[in-house]
Amino acid sequence: MTANPISSATATAADAARRNRPQPALSVTGLRKSYGDHVVLDGVDLTVAEGTIFSLLGPNGAGKTTMVQILSTLVRPDAGEIRVAGHDVARQPDEVRAAIGVTGQFSAVDRLLTGEENLLLMADLHHLGRRAGRRRAEELLERFDLVAVARKIAATYSGGMRRRLDLAMTLVGDPRIIFLDEPTTGLDPRSRRDVWQNIRTLVAGGVTVFLTTQYLDEADHLADRIALLDRGKLVAEGTPDELKRRIPGGHVRLQFADAGELDLAAHALDAAVRDDDALTLRVPHDGGVHALRALLARLDDASIEVANLTVHTPDLDDVFFALTGKAGTDHEKEPVR
Amino acid sequence: MSTLSYALSDSATMVRRQLKHMRRYPSLTLQLAGLPVVMLLMFVYVFGGTLGDGLGAGSGGRGEYADYVTPGVLLMAVAAVAQGTAISAAMDMTEGIVARFRTMAIARVSVLTGHVVGALVQTFLAAAVALAVALGIGFRPDAGPVEWVAAAGVLAMFAFALTWLSVALGMVARSVESASNLPMPLMLLPFLGSGFVPTDSMPAGLRWFAEYQPFTPVIETLRGLLLGSGIGNSGIVSLAWSAGIALLSYGWAKRRYNRQA
Repeated sequence: MTANPISSATATAADAARRNRPQPALSVTGLRKSYGDHVVLDGVDLTVAEGTIFSLLGPNGAGKTTMVQILSTLVRPDAGEIRVAGHDVARQPDEVRAAIGVTGQFSAVDRLLTGEENLLLMADLHHLGRRAGRRRAEELLERFDLVAVARKIAATYSGGMRRRLDLAMTLVGDPRIIFLDEPTTGLDPRSRRDVWQNIRTLVAGGVTVFLTTQYLDEADHLADRIALLDRGKLVAEGTPDELKRRIPGGHVRLQFADAGELDLAAHALDAAVRDDDALTLRVPHDGGVHALRALLARLDDASIEVANLTVHTPDLDDVFFALTGKAGTDHEKEPVR
Repeated sequence: MSTLSYALSDSATMVRRQLKHMRRYPSLTLQLAGLPVVMLLMFVYVFGGTLGDGLGAGSGGRGEYADYVTPGVLLMAVAAVAQGTAISAAMDMTEGIVARFRTMAIARVSVLTGHVVGALVQTFLAAAVALAVALGIGFRPDAGPVEWVAAAGVLAMFAFALTWLSVALGMVARSVESASNLPMPLMLLPFLGSGFVPTDSMPAGLRWFAEYQPFTPVIETLRGLLLGSGIGNSGIVSLAWSAGIALLSYGWAKRRYNRQA
């Protein structure tokens, strides 16, 4: 199954835009990959426009990392046409490599070198030349707030510092497309915010970001477009708002003191779904203040006492649950390494 | 810049990385340099008196044996470094940084070249230390500048071949532990050759093996060059072994490194 366009109107607009634009940063058609009997990616199609943040969202084991490995030339696909920065991944891997930067799930820094040496190593491998390399390293140390630890060995860095160094190293060669594979997994909330801030700055400079994450709020905060990957297939694709609109997840949850009140309320509000154990009613609701006031007025008219009320607006969690039948963040999969 | 000069500059970068690792964590290098010295001291002082007499040439005794065993000890240094290289190459492959290298437009084999050249530096350090100790305890070489340069060349050539082999073994190993075991036979080969006793003192089957395995011609060449005895065809045979091992191992290591999942 491929990602369904959210609505035909936006799809035609997108088609028109695509014709005018020279080329997307990434285009993937019919991508398949299996390891033995285990199908990891099962016919994935996607397109990422230049200068945008695209987030691939999915639970552990959905195939996100394999996707990044294939797009970044680390792993060969079984089938599919994949172009990165206009180059075919299979036929022109070196051209692709010259255009991309990758920050993987596991920190890709040389732990025996200092932060500064790591950046200079990257500068040398990008053939920047001595002086330009030094300048670039200094600039990135500054930008990623690593000046104070520049001369310390990376093995002594905290998780957040290592992740920042990792990102900085990815940027040394001025890549046009950056792959970030779960860039904030395992970071504390503050470091996560720092990384988010850095990602936003990147895109402001015209870079395309392909981001995988299992955190819905991360995709919601950062991405221009989100694709949901579940068991090797894209089950939905669109802007965060489009995805949220796809499911009627908004509701008001009313809790009552006893079963009698619950009965009365259930009679008064016909569209409600009742839960006798929890003594609650779930009333569909669009989140508007007027509708909420009307609902409360009806309960007042019937003199029903409400013990507790919560308003639930749909978030990506609901989307995820509705489309995949399971919660967004599950930790079933065994830790890798 | 051309592709070749990129490949050279990338390799030089990786060599610098390797040298930095060595400088920052000198314990492995020290350990590798220490092993041949321990062997040398043990063989000369513990066994040397008896073994020297058994050589049946010259004055016999400890001094004679120091002369005999030093080339073998130099080869121990080569084998020890090869083993260390397999471990460090295997360890490197588990690091995220190597995954990053693979996604960059750099000469791919440069990572491995870095390991090999780094290992050559270690070999020469270890061999120099062993040689200095040998000279201190009675090794009396009879070589002019030409012979010294030739001996260094033979040692470098063989070390180059063995480190490519151990880099390949480091790639093949599924874990760092097995990487430390795979090259173990290399440490034994100087014993099962002419490193510590002449091969004609060995029983028939073993002697045959000892005479035809690659360490023996290299040891004989070094011995001939340093002590002024003839080297016969050992030089050519050493060259052939070194070139053969280096070529095959280079291809093997490269293929393993480039292999994609």
